[in-house]
Amino acid sequence: MQGKVIDVTVDSLVGEVMHMKNDGQRLVTYSTYQEGDKIGILYHFDKNLEITHLRLLADMDKPIPSVSGVYFAALLVENEIRDQWDVKFDGLVLDFNRTLYLDPEVTQVPLVSNVKIEPKK
Amino acid sequence: MATTVIPFGPQHPVLPEPVHLTLKVEDEIVKEAIPALGYVHRGLEKLADIRDYHQMINVCERVCGICSMIHAVCYSQSIEELMGVEVPDRAKMLRIIWSELHRCHSHLLWLGLFADAFGFEALFMQFWRVRERIMDINEATTGSRVIVSVNVIGGVRADLSPEQIRWILSEIEIVEKEVRAMQDTIMNDYTVKSRTVGIGVMTKEQAWELGAAGPTLRGSGVAQDMRMTGYGAYGELDFEPVVETAGDCWARSTVRFREVLQSIDLVRQAIAKLPEGELATKVKGNPPEGEIFTRVEQPRGECVYYIRGNGTKHLDRLRIRTPTFANIPPLLGMLPGCELADVPVIVLSIDPCISCTER
Repeated sequence: MQGKVIDVTVDSLVGEVMHMKNDGQRLVTYSTYQEGDKIGILYHFDKNLEITHLRLLADMDKPIPSVSGVYFAALLVENEIRDQWDVKFDGLVLDFNRTLYLDPEVTQVPLVSNVKIEPKK
Repeated sequence: MATTVIPFGPQHPVLPEPVHLTLKVEDEIVKEAIPALGYVHRGLEKLADIRDYHQMINVCERVCGICSMIHAVCYSQSIEELMGVEVPDRAKMLRIIWSELHRCHSHLLWLGLFADAFGFEALFMQFWRVRERIMDINEATTGSRVIVSVNVIGGVRADLSPEQIRWILSEIEIVEKEVRAMQDTIMNDYTVKSRTVGIGVMTKEQAWELGAAGPTLRGSGVAQDMRMTGYGAYGELDFEPVVETAGDCWARSTVRFREVLQSIDLVRQAIAKLPEGELATKVKGNPPEGEIFTRVEQPRGECVYYIRGNGTKHLDRLRIRTPTFANIPPLLGMLPGCELADVPVIVLSIDPCISCTER
């Protein structure tokens, strides 16, 4: 894959993201994928057209620290992941609570097979 | 001062895109803007589960009609790199010609809409009249005006004959002449400047920090254009990113206006360097396996594709990040502090495409 990939953990994520920001990197976006019962998140950063990825492999049922406090731009993509993968983010600056794209009555998680969620009251 | 909450959209006379903004206003000054999306979300990424990797080109083109060609290029390049398919040089150059024609008609469409946003109907119609020539080129060379569907994995499915090339060159010469005739109006007219200069200002630092893309980023003084990475055959062409430094609505419109002329120049360069040869490489071997991250420059900015293949004909994951998605946080940064009357112009200045955002 184009660019350098750095593995991070839930504990080291925010520190690494802070490091990227201090280095003058622009947050491009995240990409997500499923690996068994875990979710893989790639945080893509850009500086002078060079791309760097942070790779996080985390449990789907446990919250992931939000980096929206470091990069405000992260708020949309974290809300999108919340909608599409039912993954929660701790400390999200503007939390749509799974209704950025989805209606409150939706019960099926779009990108995870056979996972149902409670409709919102 | 009492706060008034004003709903903007999802249907608004000046913005034919279904996005809603909750505006908190004090004395006609916007204090806060909160977006609401999801009115037209289509779940196209999920279609990778049931469409094979060849069919997904057609799905990717439908992420956005206006950027359809460049979506297809980004997707095709990703699959080709994963599978180790070498695209013929002629196909690479043809992709550039149609991509730049798309950028040209997208910007002309937007310039017309922008003029319409502040009530300059005559200018709106002039930009759209000129755009028709580009649409006619698309139709004559591919069979379609908007979604041209020329890309296949390994190259392209359509060619340009010498007669068509001569006709394209004569048409873009007329387009250039007519666009230049409107330059003074869109860039220097008193009415236009009074609605755009100093409105929706975003500094270079803010643009970078908020993750802006495309003309929104370049209008704030950042010389970032994915074509500079030299993907496809862009490395063989001579150009510099179009940059303005004011960071306001005027700067963003000027970047797009100058990029129309830049695209015309790139079409000419690509035609001059168009080599003879095959249109496509036959795709052999196993379906794509592994992961890839690809970026291209669309009319609205940097578009990102992340693809994970598992060796079957269905992709494991297709992730698309469109430029409007990247430009929504900058929009939320621009709106606070502006007058309520300037909101439509500022929203339009990022060239929002909600169809893209809610792929």
